[in-house]
Amino acid sequence: MRRWLWPSVALALVIAYPLLFSTPFQQRLGALVLLYAIAASAWNIVGGYAGQVSVGHVVFFGCGAYAAMGAYSHFALSPLVGIPIGIVVSVAIAAVVGVPTLRLSGHYFSMATIAVAELVRLIVTNTDYLGAGVGLSGPTVPRNLFDLSFISALPYYYLFLAILVTTLGITWWMTNSRMGFYLRAIRDSERAARSLGAPASRTKLYAFMLSAGLTSVAGALYAMMFGFVDPESGLGILISVKMLIMAALGGAGLLFGPLVGAAILVPLEEISNNVLGGKGAGLTFVLYGAIIVLIARFQPGGILTPIMRLWSRRGKAPEIPVATGASHAP
Amino acid sequence: MSTILVQVIVGGLLLGAVYALFSSGLTLIWGMMNIVNFAHGDFVMLGMYVAFVIWTLFGAGPMLGVPVAALLLATLGIVVYFGLIRSIMKGPMLAQILGTFGLALLLRYAAFWWFGANFLSLPENIVGGTFDIFGIRIQASRLLAGVVALLVTGGLHILLTRTSLGSKMLAVAEDSTAAQLMGIRPDTMQAIAWAIAAGVTGIAGALIATFFYIVPTVGETLGIVAFVTVSLGGFGSVPGALVAGLLIGVIESLSAYWIGAVYKDIVVYSLFLSFLWFRPQGLMGKS
Repeated sequence: MRRWLWPSVALALVIAYPLLFSTPFQQRLGALVLLYAIAASAWNIVGGYAGQVSVGHVVFFGCGAYAAMGAYSHFALSPLVGIPIGIVVSVAIAAVVGVPTLRLSGHYFSMATIAVAELVRLIVTNTDYLGAGVGLSGPTVPRNLFDLSFISALPYYYLFLAILVTTLGITWWMTNSRMGFYLRAIRDSERAARSLGAPASRTKLYAFMLSAGLTSVAGALYAMMFGFVDPESGLGILISVKMLIMAALGGAGLLFGPLVGAAILVPLEEISNNVLGGKGAGLTFVLYGAIIVLIARFQPGGILTPIMRLWSRRGKAPEIPVATGASHAP
Repeated sequence: MSTILVQVIVGGLLLGAVYALFSSGLTLIWGMMNIVNFAHGDFVMLGMYVAFVIWTLFGAGPMLGVPVAALLLATLGIVVYFGLIRSIMKGPMLAQILGTFGLALLLRYAAFWWFGANFLSLPENIVGGTFDIFGIRIQASRLLAGVVALLVTGGLHILLTRTSLGSKMLAVAEDSTAAQLMGIRPDTMQAIAWAIAAGVTGIAGALIATFFYIVPTVGETLGIVAFVTVSLGGFGSVPGALVAGLLIGVIESLSAYWIGAVYKDIVVYSLFLSFLWFRPQGLMGKS
């Protein structure tokens, strides 16, 4: 029973947050934390659990965002229709790109994913159907509930919370399935895993596709909340970087790592943008950069890892901390 | 071949020589300690801003800008090595990627904060105007950049293959424990490698600044160019980087000329991906 005490308290607090902190700024902040937590948790499946550091996840994010806005601006449908379309397209892209790219290991994989992301951004920027440099917009005035266009951030908060819980549920289910065991084995040593008969390529590809589909949902939600998407906000490399940083700050390969990372970095970014104004845009990312460097230098397992270690020493349920293998040649 | 085509190719070769120079910095680090510096493009960007600051402060061109950029970037290289690289080298791969990525963000947005997001450029005639050779028009700044870049790249190759410092660095790259037993300090050699790599990258930045736009995010594009060049030329090979750099320069110029300037990056990135996917050992590497 006591095992469930703290998780239930935490969940109750998360549910009550927008009622306790009810100014528009606080509610928006809460919704954004959850939104980024969804994206970072999706990234975590392939970046944390499978140990394949993708810097190209913004492609899937963009797929979702463009599908949602495209459903509205080209077909006058609810942006919700774009969610399944975005998922299908993302999973298809992940399958096509993943087969050759996942063969690369370590740094090479990261570089290839950067190139894919930049390539997609350049192509979209030059495609008129996708709004070229200007992007696509959603409904300015909601026609009905299904347009999911609200002024208050409160509905978004609970929508995002439901999807985050689903995402974490899928991740948890995956880690405890056969696939999760394969992934951990591959992350620690791909060669050893292969020699013991784990289907490494297939497992990595499945993880990549799963992660891509969930990331595209985050992208669609983002576009719905902000009401538009353009190449910078939907396909800029910084979005990939944010997913990566949030997951790594909290703890890559830990279930709640991305949520913790998002809960630290999103308020930091919003507050520093608010305090510093336009001039703060640069400084915010300087701070981001500094945080990543410090994390990589001093606590590469993320801030949750030492806490988890302390926790498991007290006899609580242990979780496997990240232990990514050293780099290999391709 | 028409004159215009020759002019496009010559322009591509001169730009490609600069690409080759900063890519050899990346490939040196990569070959020596199997670390990819994701902040490499931002080192080029810093070199460009150094040239810009030197011009605004002293009104001086690359004669002063290049050596100052080399010195400052070499210092930065040493600082980065001792402050960050030395400890993440032994860490997990995620930490290696994160570390240099964080550095990239830090440098890029520090430049953004300090200089703003505006496109800056040095005056067009900072080196001398444009002249004709057999009907081919060449900007003096591009000619100077190309020639100096070729010389420095050649010098780097000689340093690595013909001097005792080069042999020591090679020894550390081969087997750092064995090198240590022979009385070579791997730490010192790796710090020197970072100083050299960052230094030549600074030179390349100060050279390219004489005819290229200067903006904080320029490192993103140039960093990918360096990745392409190194993957094409083979990881760790300076001659490979030279050939690949010249090739990329020409391909870029030709695709800008034939298909349009917006598409030149698409061509280069596609080339990069096809190489990573189908021939990861590069053009000249052994399979």
